Parts: sequence; structure tokens; C-alpha cells
Amino acid sequence: MEAYLRRTAMWYGGVGLLTGQVVRSLALPPKYLRLVIHEIEIMGVQSLGVALIAAIFTGMVFTIQSAVNMARFGAETYVGPLTALAILRELGPVLTAILVGGKVASGITAELGSMKVTEQIDALRTLGVNYIKRLVVPRVLAALIVFPLLTVLADAIGILGGMAIMFLERGADMYAYWNVTTYWVVPKDFVTGIGKSVFFGAIVTLIGCYNGLSTEGGTEGLGRATTATVVHVTMGVIVCDFFITKLFLTLFY
Amino acid sequence: MAMVDPIVEAVDLNKSFDANHVLRGVSFTLVKGETLVVMGGSGSGKTVLLRLVAGLIPPDAGLLRVFGRAIERLSEEELLPIRRRMGYVFQGAALFDSLSVRENVAYPLREHTSLGEAEIEERVIGNLSVVGLSSDVLDLLPSELSGGMRKRVGIARALSVEPEMLLFDEPTAGLDPTNSKLVADLMLDLRGGVCDTAMVVTHDIELARTVADRVAVLIEGRFAALGSAERVLSGDDPAVRAFLAGAAK
Repeated sequence: MEAYLRRTAMWYGGVGLLTGQVVRSLALPPKYLRLVIHEIEIMGVQSLGVALIAAIFTGMVFTIQSAVNMARFGAETYVGPLTALAILRELGPVLTAILVGGKVASGITAELGSMKVTEQIDALRTLGVNYIKRLVVPRVLAALIVFPLLTVLADAIGILGGMAIMFLERGADMYAYWNVTTYWVVPKDFVTGIGKSVFFGAIVTLIGCYNGLSTEGGTEGLGRATTATVVHVTMGVIVCDFFITKLFLTLFY
Repeated sequence: MAMVDPIVEAVDLNKSFDANHVLRGVSFTLVKGETLVVMGGSGSGKTVLLRLVAGLIPPDAGLLRVFGRAIERLSEEELLPIRRRMGYVFQGAALFDSLSVRENVAYPLREHTSLGEAEIEERVIGNLSVVGLSSDVLDLLPSELSGGMRKRVGIARALSVEPEMLLFDEPTAGLDPTNSKLVADLMLDLRGGVCDTAMVVTHDIELARTVADRVAVLIEGRFAALGSAERVLSGDDPAVRAFLAGAAK
């Protein structure tokens, strides 16, 4: 038990210290900007399919469930705004962060962990290279751009998926559906969701990078670190979502 | 005789990993133009000592001055310019596995200089020729190289920073006798030209005999012997004699 608590405390402390190092190293030399663009390409393009497929099916299932059950209370008219609010405020940012985050962060852990166990990170350090600026900061900056962009697309596709299923399954009037939705949904609903995705992008990449950089124990350790990253990212996003939601509701509601 | 400021000065270095007290008061100096070979069995702390000198890990206690600067408590950022004055050759070469030989050797040049592509190519080919490799290997990946070639590319990359001191971690480990001799001869050549100061950790007695000015033997976290190569390798000290006899077997 003591060893577990010690490991847990060291993990949180390590992620916190890495966050501090990243904040201090944010000013990148111009030659490293191409690394940010490269990471945006890897994270964004390769994760687009996962994010959009998850969004459209989540939008459809949420809408159809809501429609069937709200009809029991005579409230089917409000399925549009309910779906839109759920997607914009929660489902879009959280699902994107969990799905894309798990994929991106485990990839980062595998790459950095492999570099760690083969001493390539030490090699960078001995060559006088700031490995935080070279390996971590570009990934964090890329995630701060990619996660909100993917969330915007996931939001749009999720809401459109919901509209489509209402039209196909429930014969809803699209014009009325859209009007009711836009009447109740305000820009703040969209912006707070996007704000969350910025936090999630940072959390996901920091966890991926920290687990990679702290990998020990050869290839077996690398496997453990990669698996742990998926769990840490999922739990991290879900737990942080609660606190960020509380914060945003306090600040902006 | 005029006193020369040492490039490395270590006083009473201690280092532990959890309950494992690896170094228990190691002191030595390394002056310009000298090659110090640190010998010891597997797990004796040789590599830990080398990593301390490179600033890759901090000591728990003791003083450590490198290029005249105390490095024990320096931050990673403050250590970078000091590390650029030394070259570190890793036991497993630690080449960047997704980059070609050309990009590996050019890496420090691209990071720290504003040289043009033609100059970088010239420097890369020059460094490879110093370690006895032709430009045929430029486009190969590390996975396509033999163990001996990887070591030599690792040395060529370390030379790219134009180091004032080279740190070698088990430079002949895992190599056949021919490649071991090639690497030992290369280290001698480097002393005569490109970089005349080196610290080498090894358990290879033949390598020590070939390249060392002074030899230290690390046993149970302390230097059991430190002196000229002839004196230490002749095995006057019983503990050292026992180690050398074991190592020689």
C-alpha cells in the first residue's frame, strides 16, 4: 500500500514538474516550428476518422434514445437542443479527448519510451539539446491546436447525425428542428466545450510524454507504460472534465 | 612544473539508487591531454560515474567540477552548454534509429550551427572518415549497420560537437576481437588529433593497456586503485589483483 501511494505521488509530482518545464520552455526556436506542424499533421490527419465516426454514431444514438424517451413526456420537440447541448458541452470534447487522446498519447508514450530505453533521449541531452523543447513542447502545442479543431468537427458531425436520424427515423421537420435548436443553444455552449478540449489536449499529451520519458525496464516496461497511458488518459479526461465543468459553470454561467 | 586546471575534478562523489549505494566517495581528476580508464566489474558503478560527469544524473553528495564549473546542482538548461563541450559515446551507440547515418552525424550541426547543407555534408563525411567509414554508409539506417559500425558512427556523431573531452561507455563491449582492436586504435588516433582528453569506462584490460595514461579500479563503490596504467595493471594491490585476475579469465 505504501509503495502504491509513493508511486502515485511520484507520478502526479512528475507530471506536475513536466508541466512546469513545458511552460518554461514554451518559447521555441523558429527551426522547431516545423516539428509543431509535423505533429499537427500526425495527430490531426490520422485521428480524423476515429473522431468523426465516434461523433456521428454518438450523435445518432443520443438523439434516438432522447426522442423515444422524451416522447413519453410529450417533450420530443426539445430533442434538438438537448442533443446539441449535450454534444457541444460534453460529448464532443470528452469523447474526442478519450478516443483521439488514447490513440495519440499511447503513440507518444511508445515513441518516447522506446527512445528512453535505447538511451536516445540521453544521447540528445549529451549533444546539448533541450529534450523538453525538442520532444515535448511541439507535441503539447500541436495538441492545443488539434484537439479544439477535431472537437469542432465532431460537434458539427454529431449534431448533423442527430438531425439526420430524427428525419429518417422519426420523420421530424428539419426546419423546425433546426430553429428550436438554434433558439436554445447559445455561443457560450459551444465555446466552453472548445475551451475544455484545449485543456484535454494539454492533459493528454503531458500524460503521454511523461509516461514515455519515465519508462524503465526495457521492452516489458515499455508495454506497461503504453497500457498505463491509455488508462491514465481516460481517467484523466473524465476526472478533469468534472472539475473543468464546475470551474466553467462558476465562471461563465 | 606548472599546475594545469583539471577538466574534471571529482571529490568524494556519492550516488545511491534507493537502497543500492553505488558510489561511496569517489575522487579523481582528469587533466587536458590525458586518458583516464575506469575499470570495474558489471554493476560496479562505472557507467553511473560517467553519467555523473556528463551531468545526466546529479550526485547525492560530493563536489564535481567540469570545465571549471561546479555542476552538481545545475539545471538541465544550465548543463547544455557544458555538455556541448564534451562528446559521449554510449555502450549501445544510442543512434537515433529513425534517422540515417548522415542525419545522425549531422544532428548536432543542425541543432547548434547555422552551417549550410554543403558544409554539413562535408563535415559529416569528414567525421565518418576519421572513424574509418566511407560515404557509402551515409544513407543507411542504424539497424542496417553492424555493431562495430554503429559504435564508430556513435563516435563520429560525438565528434560533431568538436568536443574538448570524450566520454566512452564500454567502447568495446559486444565487439569481436578485430572490431575491438579497430575501436582501440581509433581511440588512440583521436588522442593524437581530434580530441586528446578522454574518460573511458570498461572492463576490457587490453583496451586499458592500449589507451590509458591512468587507470582507476572501482570496487564496491570506491577506487581501490588509481595511478599510472603500468602500476595499476601490474596489480600490486591485492583487491585489484583479484579483480584483474577475474576479469582476465
